[in-house]
Amino acid sequence: PGAARRGKYLPDSELWGVNPGVLSPPRAFFWLVSLLLASLIWFISVHLSDREDAKLQYGLLIFGAAVSVLLQEAFRFAYFKLLKKADEGLAMISEDGRSPISLRQMAYVSGLSFGIISGMFSVINILADSVGPGIVGIHGDSPYYFITSAFLTMALVLLHTFWGVIFFDACEKRHYWCLGLVVASHLLTSGLTFLNPWYEASLAPIFVITLCTGLWAFVTAGGSLRNILKCLSCKG
Amino acid sequence: MITFMNNSDSEEEPCNERTSLMSAESPPVPSYQDGLHASEAGEVQAHRKRRTGSSRSPNDTADGEMSDSGVPVRESTLENEEEELTLKYGAKHVIMLFVPVTLCMIVVVATIKSVRFYTEKNGQLIYTPFSEDTPSVGQRLLNSVLNTIIMISVIVVMTVFLVLLYKYRCYKFIHGWLILSSLMLLFLFTYIYLGEVLKTYNVAMDYPTLFLIIWNFGAVGMICIHWKGPLQLQQAYLIMISALMALVFIKYLPEWSAWVILGAISIYDLMAVLCPKGPLRMLVETAQERNEPIFPALIYSSAMIWTVGMAKPDTAARGPIQQTWDAAEDGRENHRSPSHAGSQMPETRSPVPTRPTTSLEELEEEERGVKLGLGDFIFYSVLVGKAAATASGDWNTTLACFVAILIGLCLTLLLLAVFKKALPALPISITFGLVFYFSTDNLVRPFMDTLAFHQLYI
Repeated sequence: PGAARRGKYLPDSELWGVNPGVLSPPRAFFWLVSLLLASLIWFISVHLSDREDAKLQYGLLIFGAAVSVLLQEAFRFAYFKLLKKADEGLAMISEDGRSPISLRQMAYVSGLSFGIISGMFSVINILADSVGPGIVGIHGDSPYYFITSAFLTMALVLLHTFWGVIFFDACEKRHYWCLGLVVASHLLTSGLTFLNPWYEASLAPIFVITLCTGLWAFVTAGGSLRNILKCLSCKG
Repeated sequence: MITFMNNSDSEEEPCNERTSLMSAESPPVPSYQDGLHASEAGEVQAHRKRRTGSSRSPNDTADGEMSDSGVPVRESTLENEEEELTLKYGAKHVIMLFVPVTLCMIVVVATIKSVRFYTEKNGQLIYTPFSEDTPSVGQRLLNSVLNTIIMISVIVVMTVFLVLLYKYRCYKFIHGWLILSSLMLLFLFTYIYLGEVLKTYNVAMDYPTLFLIIWNFGAVGMICIHWKGPLQLQQAYLIMISALMALVFIKYLPEWSAWVILGAISIYDLMAVLCPKGPLRMLVETAQERNEPIFPALIYSSAMIWTVGMAKPDTAARGPIQQTWDAAEDGRENHRSPSHAGSQMPETRSPVPTRPTTSLEELEEEERGVKLGLGDFIFYSVLVGKAAATASGDWNTTLACFVAILIGLCLTLLLLAVFKKALPALPISITFGLVFYFSTDNLVRPFMDTLAFHQLYI
């Protein structure tokens, strides 16, 4: 009877599969709110300033982007706190005192959904425009606009995922220097995109950063060369 | 155009009742109910481990738990177990509702973006007689408010009429009405939709083929919605008719009126479902008292095959064995929707008296779904569709509204799990949707556009 009853509840593995998907919209929502606040700040600053001055506008744009990055990280932290609370609640009321969703998994999903919504907002208008007729860069801009946008967006999505994993882990273990490093690398990436038509200087370093962050996240999540080999050999 | 507009009032009404969100799952353990059946359920209690074990018989609960704090501890463990299961199931239900809502919105947005017809202004419904082509802002605002008042009063009148009909058991009339309106949706609106899509893609089709397609589509739809059919197909049809209805609204409601109407209808929904004398609440309560399911054409249910004829056998078989099987879930649940477990119920019900244990597992493996009114689908899609149609060709706004609505739905479902009674699904989502629409359109769009212009990423 005991075993028979167990069938009633979703086995944790199934829950494992089901729950994380639910985390995506709240995550995206947090990102949206951070974007909203950042745009509000930018909007107000633009309206309060001189519209004609191009350099000033550009400076305000940089300021707006920096504020946005900081706000995104702040909301990531807020989301972490929220998830921690929910996780603790679940762990408390669960049978074996352990929550059904691992923090790592939550970190991954949250990073991924952050990345997806951020990527979509960055690229979907560009995609929509790319469907229509036109010539890229006819006014003297770079003709590689679309393809570099695609690569940059991909790098950004991956980066957000990795940052999510590292961030959550750092908060868990209170390695605040890791947090600082994540925020700094986000700022750095965003800053590198300011060099944009000069793609060698922006795209290449961003990819290098992506690779390094990926390795870092992999190690943080507990991976190692041995794990990879074991994984590959299991498949064989 | 005028003729079918006149007929669309029969559309309006069914569509507008569909605005309540109910939980078909009644969460594990209202120890209050269980308490009543405690005596009868004695022998099977052993089977009802954790959940009910702790809830039901306070005596059995580990005395260890009843430390110094005595009763409160016991009750908190009760509640905790409730919550745990509620949360576990809650997550599943959230996903079960995300998918259809998302699909409906995708269909509407895809149509709006590709088929010109639905964004052209070709007149207005008779329910929104005031035009918005006025020069001054104040006049336009006034007209939209007047339009809203008229529309909402029409909706209220229809809803009250429906509730009265239901109360006085004029079932035939209601069924006839629903069948007529779904006929119209499935045949006429589909014909127009198909016509416009074919025009947009410049595909030629002859009338006999068209007739065949529409006839099959409509006939299968009628059967699925009003009688029996595979669950997936029924869900698909409900999504399609919600999308069609939303498209009609998007086309024929003038801009400002649409936004004001969305706001007003969420307030109306809040009142209609939560106020003691609200029509929707009375509808739900009357249905519960009579142990009947609400009409098939008005509700989207995520996990069950809905059939009209199933009500009786369920309630009858329920009697004797009932207590064993989740008095908690089933009891509340059957009050809401007796046929909830769908076609599997009859088969499992009959062996129940002889072998309660096995049937327990079988029954428990079935999922309990959540129900969402079709009006909710329609208005969510109207919001997202309007955002797609009017937001300066911007996809970010559409995305933002989409996320906002999903979050609202999440929150509503969470509240549903906490309060465990019928809740209005519109207010939270529509509020978030409206807030995000206006703020994204005015604040975020210039920001993102400027960033994209310089190819900056944040």
